[in-house]
Amino acid sequence: MTKKNIIPFGPQHPVLPEPIHLDLVTEDEKVIEAVPSIGFIHRGLEKLVDIKDFQDFVHIAERVCGICSYMHGMSYCQTIEQIMNIQVPERGLWLRTIWSEFSRIHSHLLWLGLAADAMGFESLFMHTWRLREYILDIIEMTTGGRVIFGASKVGGTRMDINSETLSYIIKRLKEIEPEFKEATSVFINDYSIQHRLRGVGVLSKKEVYELGAVGPVAKASGLSSDARKYGYAMYSKIDFEPIVEEDGDCFARCSIRVKEIFQSIDIIRQCASQICDGEVSVNVKGFPTGELFTRVEQPRGEVIYYVRANGTKFLERFRVRTPTFANIPPMVKALQGCQIADVPNIVLTIDPCISCTER
Amino acid sequence: MRKSLVFTFTKTIGRNFFKKPATLMYPFKKREFYPATRGRIFNSIEQCIFCGLCSRKCPTNAITVTKESREFYLRSLQCIVCGSCVEACPKKCLIMENQYSSFVVKNTEGVYHYKQDESKAAEQA
Repeated sequence: MTKKNIIPFGPQHPVLPEPIHLDLVTEDEKVIEAVPSIGFIHRGLEKLVDIKDFQDFVHIAERVCGICSYMHGMSYCQTIEQIMNIQVPERGLWLRTIWSEFSRIHSHLLWLGLAADAMGFESLFMHTWRLREYILDIIEMTTGGRVIFGASKVGGTRMDINSETLSYIIKRLKEIEPEFKEATSVFINDYSIQHRLRGVGVLSKKEVYELGAVGPVAKASGLSSDARKYGYAMYSKIDFEPIVEEDGDCFARCSIRVKEIFQSIDIIRQCASQICDGEVSVNVKGFPTGELFTRVEQPRGEVIYYVRANGTKFLERFRVRTPTFANIPPMVKALQGCQIADVPNIVLTIDPCISCTER
Repeated sequence: MRKSLVFTFTKTIGRNFFKKPATLMYPFKKREFYPATRGRIFNSIEQCIFCGLCSRKCPTNAITVTKESREFYLRSLQCIVCGSCVEACPKKCLIMENQYSSFVVKNTEGVYHYKQDESKAAEQA
């Protein structure tokens, strides 16, 4: 008869960039149950709608998450615009699409670096973060910020990308794409990475559907869930298919992210070829009334924004459900029955972003 | 598959011997910022009319403008460099510089104080 042990994992742990606590109930080396608890870095951002008016709140929405900051600001603006029936100029929507995809590339490269670091592959970690710096440079060149873009505002975007910069970006992407291929092919082909990730933390398609997984976790198990297909911003005019894998293990979740980097580069090219001239924003008059849910595909999955407004300059209620929150139940499920040495990899492959989960 | 992988790494190692490092040797070589980089706010105070639009637009209340004494305070630790004040300024005397604010060691420091000369004030009046 083996004895049950409870091993605490986190909130401070070398593989975790952010604090989440797991109580791992183990039998010998096998995890039989994982009990997650969050709440270490709650910041109360949602309540700030009471003291910040709805236009200033964009700056707070951008700071919900440090990595997908642009997507959060954009989703918030999109929600307010839909309530107020504001028609954003087409060029503004194209720019939003471009910046969203840059955001996705830099988030995925960051994750790949963290994953390599967690697997003990230091040099690969350095290389992916070196490549991420190229993307951050492009972002800084176009928006002025490296991670917090500050490019969104209700009614459009705050800055424009001129045509020379746009053609420079395309040229630069062409230059750095072979380097991306070289570094990311290691994730797909390397023997030790395959050995570490294949067959670990398997989730079936039925499980991810029932547990409500989103983003790469759902896609890795064969469930094609991609909010970009609803056609917000300019995604309706872009030709792309969500990348789907069938295996449902950690390796599939890793390769989804690798492939999405190249898909995003392709989407940016499509945007640059189709972008039209014109204004990037419209002036906003009046105050929002009504309530609305919007869904936006972030690098980690689908985010849900809920806004209720009562016609004053302060919103009545604001709520975000971030992708990590949706991905915690599948993670707990994947942890059941795994080896204790595989726990860091499984936790990491859902790309946990606890700060935005707790807001 | 493994053979090709060995060559990938050899190539990378070989290149790293001859390539410049990806990082900058910081104190000797400073980073060049892009023209669009949002670094810090500068006020060319001679042109300022102390209308206070910037302080009203500021989402973090980092700017204080006093019209009577013709002073302008910018608390750089509070400033998130969003650029709302630069967009709102009617005289375009607030400028976004692409260098970052210098570091401070106490949370009471980092306040940029501008005061307009009395003669200039009389001139404007």
